[in-house]
Amino acid sequence: MAAPTLAPPAPASPWGRLRWTLADGVTLIGRELSRLRQEPGELVVALIFPGIMVLLFGYVFGSSIGVPGGGNYREYLMPGLFAMVTFSSVMAVTMRVATDASRGVMDRFRSMPMARSAVPFGHTGADVLSGAVNLVIMAIMGLLVGWQPHRGLWPAVQAFLLIFLFRYAMSWLGCYVGLAVKNEQTADQMLPLVFPVTMLSNAFVPTGGMPAWLRVLSDWNPVSALTTALRQLFGNPGAAVTHPSWPNEHPVAMTVLWSVTLLAVFVPLSIRAYRRKGR
Amino acid sequence: MSEPIVVAEGLHKRFGDTHALRGLDLAVPAGTVCGVLGPNGAGKTTAVRILATLADPDAGHARIGGHDVVRDADRVRAMIGLAGQYAAVDEKLTGRGNLRMFGRLYHLSRRDARRRADELLDRFGLAEAADRQVAGYSGGMRRRLDLIASLILRPRVLFLDEPTTGLDPRSRGEIWDAVRELVAEGTTVLLTTQYLDEADRLADDVAVVDHGRVIATGTPDRLKAAIGDRVDVVLEDASLTVRAADVLARMAGAEAAADPAAGRISVPVAGGAVRLADVVRELDRAGMAPADVSLRRPTLDEVFLRLTDREKETV
Ligand SMILES: Nc1ncnc2c1ncn2[C@@H]1O[C@H](COP(=O)(O)OP(=O)(O)OP(=O)(O)O)[C@@H](O)[C@H]1O
Ligand SMILES: [Mg+2]
Repeated sequence: MAAPTLAPPAPASPWGRLRWTLADGVTLIGRELSRLRQEPGELVVALIFPGIMVLLFGYVFGSSIGVPGGGNYREYLMPGLFAMVTFSSVMAVTMRVATDASRGVMDRFRSMPMARSAVPFGHTGADVLSGAVNLVIMAIMGLLVGWQPHRGLWPAVQAFLLIFLFRYAMSWLGCYVGLAVKNEQTADQMLPLVFPVTMLSNAFVPTGGMPAWLRVLSDWNPVSALTTALRQLFGNPGAAVTHPSWPNEHPVAMTVLWSVTLLAVFVPLSIRAYRRKGR
Repeated sequence: MSEPIVVAEGLHKRFGDTHALRGLDLAVPAGTVCGVLGPNGAGKTTAVRILATLADPDAGHARIGGHDVVRDADRVRAMIGLAGQYAAVDEKLTGRGNLRMFGRLYHLSRRDARRRADELLDRFGLAEAADRQVAGYSGGMRRRLDLIASLILRPRVLFLDEPTTGLDPRSRGEIWDAVRELVAEGTTVLLTTQYLDEADRLADDVAVVDHGRVIATGTPDRLKAAIGDRVDVVLEDASLTVRAADVLARMAGAEAAADPAAGRISVPVAGGAVRLADVVRELDRAGMAPADVSLRRPTLDEVFLRLTDREKETV
């Protein structure tokens, strides 16, 4: 081997370590992007899926569901779809992390002089990036079918920031589950669990007619909180409080609370699980 | 003499009820190749994972280049390479993409990572497939990619867990050549294998592992000498095999292995107690003319079977 390549010495200062961690995280985000380039099919599906959702829900359900307080169902629907897609992103992270763990790529990472936290940060960071692409496509689809933010730029920006925050929190939850399950098959079997959670919310239908106990569950569901918050911030119909409850009246605070709690629990848990995986 | 570069002392590891390692000791001097042999489930992979910092031992210590694999894991990681039993590369990326990514994760500059990837792909005959997705690689190509991913920073200690399992003879030969070259440049190699000829060709020292313990160590020659030479006889008339085996067993004072269909007999002869000329004369006298008589060293396979069989009896 012509040119011996020597390891750059590990940085001693905390600053240098942070730089390594960030650099590793960026490399792993780049990895996700190259994977997408290798599998354009996956990218197309990822792009088409939100479009199909908008059309399917907007026109199939839209023709028979009445919006509380009146208004266009597709305007009512879009915040719910944003929330649902954001929540469901947990599946993708779980699958990717579980695949890495069972195929041994993670073992290679762990045998390298990398920052220990870089791998979870890389996975979650990459997920938020792909979330951004998804969001743009969905927003364009929404505009095409008649949805729009009515309250101006700043509330709309706040709405998108809220989506990102919640998505980031969900991706850490997904990262932890991916590390905790033994293999991809188990992860795959867990996917259907996501569906009922998104349906048990106010994302697609008004919850006013639900039995009381179900409505309580729906109220505290983060998908509902995010949906209501987005309806308020975009000025879309259905934001008015139909039945008073704390999460219903403070949807933004509720979403932030959920996100911060998820992050506080699953960031340390994921990093610990990554270090201990296979020990 | 300085401490061996790889040292394991009394390693224990349990997985639930399975006691995978029960006091495994190992020492590999710098610049040598150590072949770790053992039947399935002996604990080879577990030992390698502990040495490569992927798992912690329940008891015992291991040091690489003087650094403890648990306490100084980062130091250890900077000096080792690992090619595991299963190819640990990203199937969705291209071969080149994998190597560049790993190069970056070793904190090479973007340019160095590219250059190193190209260099290794050329060197190991993967240049042509470099821009294809790994998912479409053959098993052998994957193993090769996995191996070269562990060579990105020339490691001082390279762990190879069954590096040639499932490869065709040509690919095996290529990997052997690569290992020899690395060793010539000063890398220490610890390799596990099921192929004893691989250990025979590559390893300076062999450690036979069974039930989580090292049951024998030494150069392949010493291990072979320890179980003694053998006399192999092929008879002209295969129907006489059983009678001839009796004669030979009496002469050698040991049990003879006979293959009556082929007229073949093999008997261990410890320390030159039996001479070939005596064997020929004795058989002639009994009217069983041999077609061929030869004295030979046992193969490493025979050493392995003997050692692990004995272990089975005592456990
Ligand atoms: N993660 C694990 N969980 C449970 N048991 C394990 C685990 N890893 C290894 N074992 C058990 O430990 C023992 C030793 O396994 P190990 O993989 O080290 O053997 P090996 O010598 O590498 O075998 P092989 O030649 O088949 O690769 C086996 O009985 C195995 O079932
Ligand atoms: Mg093994």
